[in-house]
Amino acid sequence: MTQAPATYDRYLADFEAHSAELAAQPSWLRELRHQAISHFREVGLPTARKGNEPWKYTNIAPIAGTDYMYGVAPLREPTVEELSVTAPWCTVWHETVFVNGRYSAGLSESHATHEPREGLGGAVVGSLATAFGTHGDLIREHLGKYAHLDYDGFAALNTAFLTDGAFVYVPDGAEVATHLHIVYATTAGEQLVSYPRTLIIAGKQSKLTVVESYVSLAGGGYFTNAVTEIALDEGANIEHYRVLLDRDAYNVGVTRVRQDRDSRFTSTTFETGAALTRNDFSVLLDGPGAECRMRGLYVTAGSQHVDNYLTIDHAQPHCTSRLYYKGILDEKSKAVFGGTVFVRPGAIKTNAHQEDKNLVLSHEAEVDSKPALEIYADDVLCGHGATAGALAEDALFYMQSRGIDEAMANQLLIRGFASEVLDGVMEPLREYLEKQTSAALPRFREEIVT
Amino acid sequence: MLEVRDLHVSVGDNEILEGLSLSVSLGEVHAIMGPNGSGKSTFTNVLAGRPGYTVTKGKVAYEGQDLLSLTPDLRARAGIFLAFQYPVELPGIRNREFLRTALEALRQAHGEPKLSVREFNKMLDEKAREMEFEPDLMKRSVNEGFSGGEKKRNEILQLSVLNPRLALLDETDSGLDIDALKVVADGVNRFRSPEKAIVLVTHYQRILNYIKPDFVHVLIDGRIVLSGERDLAMELEARGYDWVREGAESAAD
Repeated sequence: MTQAPATYDRYLADFEAHSAELAAQPSWLRELRHQAISHFREVGLPTARKGNEPWKYTNIAPIAGTDYMYGVAPLREPTVEELSVTAPWCTVWHETVFVNGRYSAGLSESHATHEPREGLGGAVVGSLATAFGTHGDLIREHLGKYAHLDYDGFAALNTAFLTDGAFVYVPDGAEVATHLHIVYATTAGEQLVSYPRTLIIAGKQSKLTVVESYVSLAGGGYFTNAVTEIALDEGANIEHYRVLLDRDAYNVGVTRVRQDRDSRFTSTTFETGAALTRNDFSVLLDGPGAECRMRGLYVTAGSQHVDNYLTIDHAQPHCTSRLYYKGILDEKSKAVFGGTVFVRPGAIKTNAHQEDKNLVLSHEAEVDSKPALEIYADDVLCGHGATAGALAEDALFYMQSRGIDEAMANQLLIRGFASEVLDGVMEPLREYLEKQTSAALPRFREEIVT
Repeated sequence: MLEVRDLHVSVGDNEILEGLSLSVSLGEVHAIMGPNGSGKSTFTNVLAGRPGYTVTKGKVAYEGQDLLSLTPDLRARAGIFLAFQYPVELPGIRNREFLRTALEALRQAHGEPKLSVREFNKMLDEKAREMEFEPDLMKRSVNEGFSGGEKKRNEILQLSVLNPRLALLDETDSGLDIDALKVVADGVNRFRSPEKAIVLVTHYQRILNYIKPDFVHVLIDGRIVLSGERDLAMELEARGYDWVREGAESAAD
C-alpha cells in the first residue's frame, strides 16, 4: 500500500502554521513536540498491514488518504443542553469539556478549579494548558512518559500537536467524591482532525472516578487522534470509563496506564461503532500487588469497524489482572480483538485472565479475536479464551415457548448479553449505555419507530 | 381439546414417532410412560414447536386449530405450556423480568389489561412462596447457576404464573429428591382443574403417586402400544416394559 505524501504534508504544514503557539510553551514541551513531529515525518501512519501485527486487521487507508483540517473553531459553541443529550450526563458530575479539541471554559465547570474545590477533595481538574503554569514540574514528570512519542505515528502526531488537554491531579491521600467527566465533542462534520490529550495523575492512596467521553454533535467523518495517560501511585484507586460514541467518524486512541504497588485500576470501555474505532489500551503493572480489571463492550452495525488492541504487562510479582470484553456485531460490521497478557521474568504469583466473547447477529459480520498469553515467569495462574456465536437457538425457543415473540426474545437475549458488562457500570452511566446499546443496533431502532 | 392423529416425526433421517395418536379432553391428566428413546420427549417438544423436528405425517388439532402451523410463541399464547426436561439458562435476563415479559405477552394476546409492577410482584411472590422458591433466585439470571431441583421448581412456578390451559410436563420428576418432588407435584396439583389438561411424560412411576393420572399410555418405538388407567403405571413399575413390548410385537405379527 502506498503512502499519501500530500496528506502527510498537510500535517507538517499544520505544525508549521501553529509554530507560534510553541513559543509560549515550556521549553521541555517544545522539545517534545519537535521530536514528535520529526518522528512522525519519519514513520508516517501505519498504512502497511503486511507483517505489521498490530495493524494486521485494520485498514487506516481512509484516514491516511484524507486531507483533514486542524484548528477550525466551531461555528458556535454547543449548549449544555445539546451536550447533555449526546454525551452521558449527570448533573452532579464535574465536567471538563473540549469542543473540536479546544478547551471550552463556558461548558466546563473547571475554569476555577486549579484551586482546591469542595467535593473534589483537593484534586486539580481542568485544562492542561493552564496547568503548565501551575503544575509544570509535575506534568513534565509524567507527560509523554507512558504514551511514548515513538510508539507509533498516531501517538507521535498527537504529541506533536500537544497544546492543551484535560488534566487531573489527585494529591496523596485525597479522595475525589465528585465523579469527573472529561468530554471531547466534535461539532464540525467532515474532515476535521483533533488531538485530545488526557493526563491523569493519582497520588498515593488517592481515589477517584473518571469518565472520558468522545462524542459527535454533528456526525460526519472527522478524525479524532487521542492519547490518554494515567499514572497510579502506590495504593491509588481509579474507576475509569471510556465512552466512544463517534458514529461515522474515525477515532484512534492510545491509552497508557502505569500502576505502582498495590494500586487498583478498574476500567470499562464502551464503543458503539464508528467508521473506525481503534482502542489501543495498555496497562503496565509496575509494582507488586497492583490489580487491574478491564471490561469492554462494543456494539457495531452497518460497515463499522472496531479494533481493540489491549495489553496488560505484568512486570512485577503478585499482580492480578482481568480483561473481559464482549462484542455485539450486526450487519456487515467487523470487530478485531487483540489482547495480550505479558508476564515478565520474575513476575511470580501473577494471576491473569482474559476473555473476549462475541455475539454475531449477522452472517456478514466478522470477528477476528486473538487473545494471547506471553509468559516468562514460573508460578503463575493465567487463562484466556475467546468465543463468537449466534443467538442460541434453544434460548430463543425457551422464550418463545413462554409466549414471547421472536423479536422480543432476541432483544432480551442481546440485552442480557450486554448486561454482563453493563451491570458493573455505575449509575446513571449504566442506564445511558444500555440505551446506547439498543440505539446502536438498527434492528432495535426499527422497532422503536413501529 | 387435543387430538393427535397418526403423528410421524423425524429428526434428520431418523423416524422417532411412527404413528402416535392421542386424545386429551379438558380436566384430564394423561401420563405417557416408556423406556429411554421411545419418543416421549420428542412428542412434547413437537407439540410445543421446538425447531429441529420434521413432522412427516399426521395431524395435531388443539381446540379446533391446526397446532403444527403455529410458531412456538403463538402456541404459548393459545394456552400451551411445556415444562422443559432441561430448562435453558438465559444469561443476563433476570428471572423476574423474564416472567413479567412472558405474562405481559400472554395477557396482551388475550386482550387483558397490563398488570402494574406492584400487582405482578405481589402475585409472583405469593406463587414463589407456594413453590418454596428462594426469593433470591428471582433476581438472578433465568436458571443460571440454579441446581437441578431449582430449575424444575422454576418451571412449575412459570406454569403457575402463566396459567396455560394445556400443560406438557417433560420428565419434570427426573433428578428431583423426594422433598422437591412433593413440592413440584403440589404445584401441578394446584394447577389441575376441570378447565385444564395435563400431559405428563415420565420414565418413572414415582411421580404418579403424587400426581394421579386419569390415563396411562405406554409409548414404545414411537407408538402408543398400550393404554389404561392408573393401575397400569403400577404394573409397569413392577414388571418393566419388556412384556408390553413383546405383547405389542405379537399383536403386530
